[in-house]
Amino acid sequence: MINLAGRDILHDGPKFVLTGLGLGLLIGVTLSMAGVYRGMIADGRALLDNSGAELWVVQQETLGPYAEPSSLYDDVYRSVLTVPGVSQAANVTYLTMQVRSDREDVRAMVVGMAPGPAGTPGWPPYLVSGRQVTRSHYEAVADIATGFRLGDRIGIRRHEYTVVGLTRRMVSSGGDPMVFIPLKDAQGAQFLRDNDAVLQGRRRTAQNPAFNRAGAPAVLDAVIASQNVSRSVNAVLVTLKPGVDQADVAKAIERWKRFTVYTRAQMEAILVGKLIATAAKQIGMFLVILAIVSAAIVAFIIYTMTLGKIREIAVLKLIGTRNRTIAGMIMQQAIALGVIGFVVGKIAATFWAPFFPKYVLLMPRDSLIGFFVVMVICVLASLIAIRAALGVDPAEAIGG
Amino acid sequence: MSAHTLTQIPTDGIVIEGLTKRYGKGDTAVDALKGVDMYVAPGEVVGLIGPSGSGKSTLLKCLGAVIEPTSGRMTLGQDVIYDNGWRIDDLRALRRDRIGFVFQAPYLIPFLDVTDNVALLPMLAGVPNRESRERAVELLSALDVAHRASAMPAQLSGGEQQRVSIARALVSRPPVILADEPTAPLDSERALSVIRILHEMAHRFQTAVIVVTHDEKIIPTFKRMYHIRDGRTHEEIGEGREIGATLNV
Ligand SMILES: Nc1ncnc2c1ncn2[C@@H]1O[C@H](COP(=O)(O)OP(=O)(O)OP(=O)(O)O)[C@@H](O)[C@H]1O
Ligand SMILES: [Mg+2]
Repeated sequence: MINLAGRDILHDGPKFVLTGLGLGLLIGVTLSMAGVYRGMIADGRALLDNSGAELWVVQQETLGPYAEPSSLYDDVYRSVLTVPGVSQAANVTYLTMQVRSDREDVRAMVVGMAPGPAGTPGWPPYLVSGRQVTRSHYEAVADIATGFRLGDRIGIRRHEYTVVGLTRRMVSSGGDPMVFIPLKDAQGAQFLRDNDAVLQGRRRTAQNPAFNRAGAPAVLDAVIASQNVSRSVNAVLVTLKPGVDQADVAKAIERWKRFTVYTRAQMEAILVGKLIATAAKQIGMFLVILAIVSAAIVAFIIYTMTLGKIREIAVLKLIGTRNRTIAGMIMQQAIALGVIGFVVGKIAATFWAPFFPKYVLLMPRDSLIGFFVVMVICVLASLIAIRAALGVDPAEAIGG
Repeated sequence: MSAHTLTQIPTDGIVIEGLTKRYGKGDTAVDALKGVDMYVAPGEVVGLIGPSGSGKSTLLKCLGAVIEPTSGRMTLGQDVIYDNGWRIDDLRALRRDRIGFVFQAPYLIPFLDVTDNVALLPMLAGVPNRESRERAVELLSALDVAHRASAMPAQLSGGEQQRVSIARALVSRPPVILADEPTAPLDSERALSVIRILHEMAHRFQTAVIVVTHDEKIIPTFKRMYHIRDGRTHEEIGEGREIGATLNV
């Protein structure tokens, strides 16, 4: 027996391939959508991995530092270091902002990293070129996704920094590339007030009789000095000694120091479950709509192709073709359309993924699921056409 | 009259006795066939003529096992295929193996080449592809279209298409061929050629052929005809004129 579906497709080649191409682009969009979602999760994980932390100490009862604002005094890390089981504890600040360069402004997450040896939590774990920050001011390490190059002068708030190193895959949970600068600079940038505000603050303090005491002028100076030094950070990143249980140490810090402490697993749950959750639902909605649109297109195309063959189907039935053979022919065509569409879609998605501004992660598992969904959609969509074909009366071939 | 015909019936060919067909029910019912008696011997080509609405297509559909008669009896070869409400089970296989159809338009499958259009029937019946194609090519040669064997239907002339559709009707050597106005779209030369081929093939394969036609050009070629008027058949003796071998297409 010859394959009727295949012969029909060959005969109608260009039309069929063009249709498959159109469907393929739609499937490509669908796969990319899934890729965008996977990319968000991967970005979140990269953020946690690359921070080098095992525990995050944040302001009490906040989901900080990535999902909610969190503020701690910058000497908290010292007392955390005394907790048994803690190996390293380092301050960190995160601030998403515009970073200026000669070429263009870049939206980036500015990370303030605590001084210390390389490998201190919060530092970029590897560089693709250049070196780590060695001076305590005005040097920066940037993710290559910022487009900055070694030696570039970049502006963060009122100060200029020199890019001394480049790293990669260091992104915020929103997908913005990171720029690492010394903690002191970052604290300055984060809590920097303009000059007028500073002057007004001084005047107000000076008018307060409690601070401005006759005979004790040093009190006023000390108060003003303390007001203009930022002593806040967003979190303390903690690493543990080998063999220590994360949950035990977290509990100890929480109880004793009255902070909220998250383990790696809890942090991931916050990022994926809370921060990305709405975006995931948004994308899920898109996937559902795209699936319905694809199904409608396949159904419409297969139905029209079948209606165009009603005469031939009547003849096939008259000369004794089994219903099964006719249904099989239509279903095979729907499946062929799906396969062409999937292959085109997969190639298209792979081709255009690197051009997306944020990370698009195409997972083989998603493709496999996508393939099966496409197949199911094609089979279901062909049912309408099969119904129409089986309803054809062989007597129609004889005519009036 | 019908009794006279019935006495001569051998045990094969097509035999139709007292066939009736009513479309619809109640007030809107139409009695398309009111008592048809007909006999076609193996190897014989019989004309079926009649005015529009007289029931020609209805009779072909009953014989072609695509609609069910209301009463009467039909016999194909040794087998009764319909008897007063009883019908054989597998109509699909009956159509596939025992009846060849030729239509006014050739209705070839546009996505299969000429050979496969003809070979499709035996393939559907489970004959291996190679053997099916051999049979097809053999018939195409007999019908003088072997040189177009690998062409697509759309590339053939009307006459060539009609000969291919005759080859398709003949390929499973059915005892019966039903042809519904097979010459309507053809000019007289081609029309006569198609009829000559039907006569030749009927003789060669001992097939009983019924040709429904309005075509004045081909009516004189029948030795015997049935005239159908108002749902009833009347047997007539035709001229049986020879078609010259010069009428090659
Ligand atoms: N499906 C149907 N339902 C109801 N009546 C029908 C149906 N098919 C045919 N008829 C009626 O049966 C009668 C015979 O029709 P039929 O098609 O057999 O005529 P015909 O001889 O083939 O005519 P023509 O030469 O115009 O093709 C007509 O009166 C027609 O209206
Ligand atoms: Mg008719």
